[in-house]
Amino acid sequence: MTIAVEKNPPVKLADEPEITPQIVAEHGLAPDEYERLLKIMGRTPTMVELGIFSAMWSEHCSYKSSKVWLKKLPTKAPWVIQGPGENAGVIDIGDGQAAIFKMESHNHPSYIEPYQGAATGVGGILRDVFTMGARPIANLNALRFGEPSHPRTRHLVSGVVAGIGGYGNCMGIPTVGGETNFHAAYNGNILVNAMTVGIASTDRIFYAAAAGVGNPLVYVGSKTGRDGIHGATMASAEFNEDSEEKRPTVQVGDPFVEKLLLEACLELMATDAIVAIQDMGAAGLTSSSFEMAAKGGLGVVVELDKVPMREQGMKPYELMLSESQERMLIVLKPGREEQARRIFEKWELDFAVIGRLTDTERMVLTWHGEVVGNVPIPPLVTEAPVYERPWIPTPLPAVLDASQVPAPKDWNASLLALMGCPDLASKAWIWHQYDHLIMGNTAIRPQDGDAAVVRVNGGHKGLAMTSDCTPRYVQAHPETGGRQAVAEAWRNITATGAKPLAVTDNMNFGNPQKPEIMGQFAGAIMGMAEACRVLEFPVVSGNVSLYNETEGRPILPTPTIGAVGVIQDIAKAVGSRLTQGGLAVILVGETRGWLGQSLYLREVCGREDGAPPPVDLAAERRNGDFVRNQIDARRIAACHDLSDGGLLTALAEMCISGGTGMEVALPSTDIPSHAFLYGEDQARYVIATGTPDEVLDVARGAGVPAVLLGYSGGESLVVKDLVSLALGEIKTAHEAWLPSYMNAPE
Amino acid sequence: MKASVLVFPGSNREADVAQAIELVTGRRPNMVWHGAGDFEKTDLIVIPGGFSYGDYLRCGAMAAQSPVMAEVKKRAAQGVPVLAICNGFQIAAEAGLLPGVLMRNENLKFVCADVHLKVETSQSLFTNRYQAGQVIKVPVAHAEGNYFADAETLKRVEDRGQVAFRYCAPDGAVDGTGNPNGSIRNIAGVFNETKTVLGLMPHPENAVEPMFGGTDGKALFEGLVEALS
Repeated sequence: MTIAVEKNPPVKLADEPEITPQIVAEHGLAPDEYERLLKIMGRTPTMVELGIFSAMWSEHCSYKSSKVWLKKLPTKAPWVIQGPGENAGVIDIGDGQAAIFKMESHNHPSYIEPYQGAATGVGGILRDVFTMGARPIANLNALRFGEPSHPRTRHLVSGVVAGIGGYGNCMGIPTVGGETNFHAAYNGNILVNAMTVGIASTDRIFYAAAAGVGNPLVYVGSKTGRDGIHGATMASAEFNEDSEEKRPTVQVGDPFVEKLLLEACLELMATDAIVAIQDMGAAGLTSSSFEMAAKGGLGVVVELDKVPMREQGMKPYELMLSESQERMLIVLKPGREEQARRIFEKWELDFAVIGRLTDTERMVLTWHGEVVGNVPIPPLVTEAPVYERPWIPTPLPAVLDASQVPAPKDWNASLLALMGCPDLASKAWIWHQYDHLIMGNTAIRPQDGDAAVVRVNGGHKGLAMTSDCTPRYVQAHPETGGRQAVAEAWRNITATGAKPLAVTDNMNFGNPQKPEIMGQFAGAIMGMAEACRVLEFPVVSGNVSLYNETEGRPILPTPTIGAVGVIQDIAKAVGSRLTQGGLAVILVGETRGWLGQSLYLREVCGREDGAPPPVDLAAERRNGDFVRNQIDARRIAACHDLSDGGLLTALAEMCISGGTGMEVALPSTDIPSHAFLYGEDQARYVIATGTPDEVLDVARGAGVPAVLLGYSGGESLVVKDLVSLALGEIKTAHEAWLPSYMNAPE
Repeated sequence: MKASVLVFPGSNREADVAQAIELVTGRRPNMVWHGAGDFEKTDLIVIPGGFSYGDYLRCGAMAAQSPVMAEVKKRAAQGVPVLAICNGFQIAAEAGLLPGVLMRNENLKFVCADVHLKVETSQSLFTNRYQAGQVIKVPVAHAEGNYFADAETLKRVEDRGQVAFRYCAPDGAVDGTGNPNGSIRNIAGVFNETKTVLGLMPHPENAVEPMFGGTDGKALFEGLVEALS
């Protein structure tokens, strides 16, 4: 083990407590981790040093339980410019442009204080993206709440949605997509996963690695207050009945300041004054300064008394661990301080030179001229705990045969029940609170397609983006669920006509110290890795959120997949709305009638069992490539992937969103009708086309199963001999649930 | 037509309106920073949407006191046309350029959605390309768009034909169904007495291209070009 030579041992401040085992435990460090610290330091740390170790070795910052598994994910492709490890992932989208994106969780804070927790989640992910030189062009979010009947759920939905809207709307970034589910497993731990996509020039991407001994370290943005201290540590622990007391660890956001910070940073980035830049997110000044120096192989001196402070009497410990929002750390080229200062002053933001880079590979903290912290940087990284936690694979549940599942007694009623169930019901109440149109580039809006499609300024190109996960599949069999989450994201991008390019993953799981939870994590990663490899869909950024448990009850394992694809001519993009009659409705992909873990089983039969639908990645690819080619050939007027609820709910969604009915019949098959219509077999799409003969011909040639179901027209959805419903009736069932739930009297 | 678009700290739809103006005129408007006490001669002043000064104090209240707004008031008094959209409408109302106020939406929530508007008159710089009674579809995106004026002001505004647009149903019926925010008498946009200043909550600048929200907002900009070139 490297023990760095220390020239300036720190002074202990007057009011500093002795480091006791209790204080160590309160900092979330296990006894053996503290032993490690002592070896590295060669002495008892000061409080601020203990705080630095605590933050840097927290699960949130160090990925100590997940690192060995995350390495298994494929991260490379010819179009990947930057994979995991930076603030966000970067991919080449052609014409000298890059898409920069990432998804990140803000689960724990959002449960404690939903508005601010969700708002600062959006603020944090926006900073991760514009730190790299991108102008954000779209936000998405994946939300999981507890069951609707739980007493906290409505309050949480209301606060989270208002918080996401409040931040994104003020920033002027359209929120164009996402997903919202409800399940009892999230009663005590909701999930708020926020994703931002931005655009930059490939030759103007900014990284965090510091360079240049002597270069100034500059602090910009908001002042530092006492909010969010220990946020990273909180995010790395389970909840219990005292969690309410953690409210002061939740940060408070100000999107107005972030908007100014965005404009000021982009203005400074247009000059050549910046060497490196990093936002202050989890563990604030500690992790930002530490990471910049570590990535550059340098040391840093930080004069903490120069940090702009919001309150009087703040201490070094608080300054280093505060998670006050809307702050950035920049390494400037020498002599550029005044140029940068003018820009930040124009935007009425704080600007302070708070330190400089050194060649010592140590982080030295000073307070009014005295050294108060002195930590060697490399061993904190190389000697950081990494755990190969024991894990138990989740066994594959028994496959459920369709004959074991009853057909609906009343077909119309079963469809209405599914269309109005919390997971499938329209989320318009939510996304109407998000400005999804600002910037004037939103081509496919929420609910109008499987993925949102947004134009890239200054051309005809569009980006398609989506977020997906089916937690009940992952719970039943993590490997299949992980595979399915990636496949569905790929399919959703494909269904708009775009080419799927890359993934950001947000791994939300329970306590990794439990072998069965670690087994879920391992399984999900293995499934995701395989799907990413086969679909050439690398992971370029991500985030891990563990310890999502309350009173020992874990969430459903939820590896949320955010994905981005590109369509060269946005005029060719298609949505899922069926807007004209006389079109042939064709089912693409093989139907076997897989009812295990289906929504039909849960919502209509009241059961959650069976194996989840298997994912044939070769079929995914073949069927998806076929659909994308047909869209590119302009043969397809509307396209919808089949997922939750199967074929019948997909048909219903296409009809009601576009205001056009259809009349279809099931092909002759020995699959029971309810399995055909509600089964959740993967790798399937419904397409509407005016040229069915050509489309079916091409499908036959490509070995893609495709069958004509019927034609669009009229104002009802009719499935011969089974279903006949006026669109208005379906629409009412679909749209009524969420508003009436949210507006119901207390 | 030479246009100037004001930019306040927190403005965020200035690029949208600049893009719409450029699309129609082929010419990028001049962007004017809020601290400017003076700016070059212009045919049209646009106060764009956003969250100027973070909506602190009250939407538009702080921007209304900025140096650039003193100049805008002076020029508006000389007859220079002013188009005030969304937060711009709130600023113009706070600055006294337009009658009435914008309150929190009736349901207290931000709303982003397409709405239908009934054009009340074609007799203005802003609406000359529309027919009176025509129904157009444009989006709104705001939390404080609930127009209100006292009875006396309202009577004066109605009597003088200062209502520019009203929220309506797709068939043009002015009733409760099409009103997204609780505005009194479904008022979505008003003129000043000389009809040289228009304030409206909806965003015509986000309805100028077929793939991106339709084109019903384009005629407003085309009408301005026709009147001001």
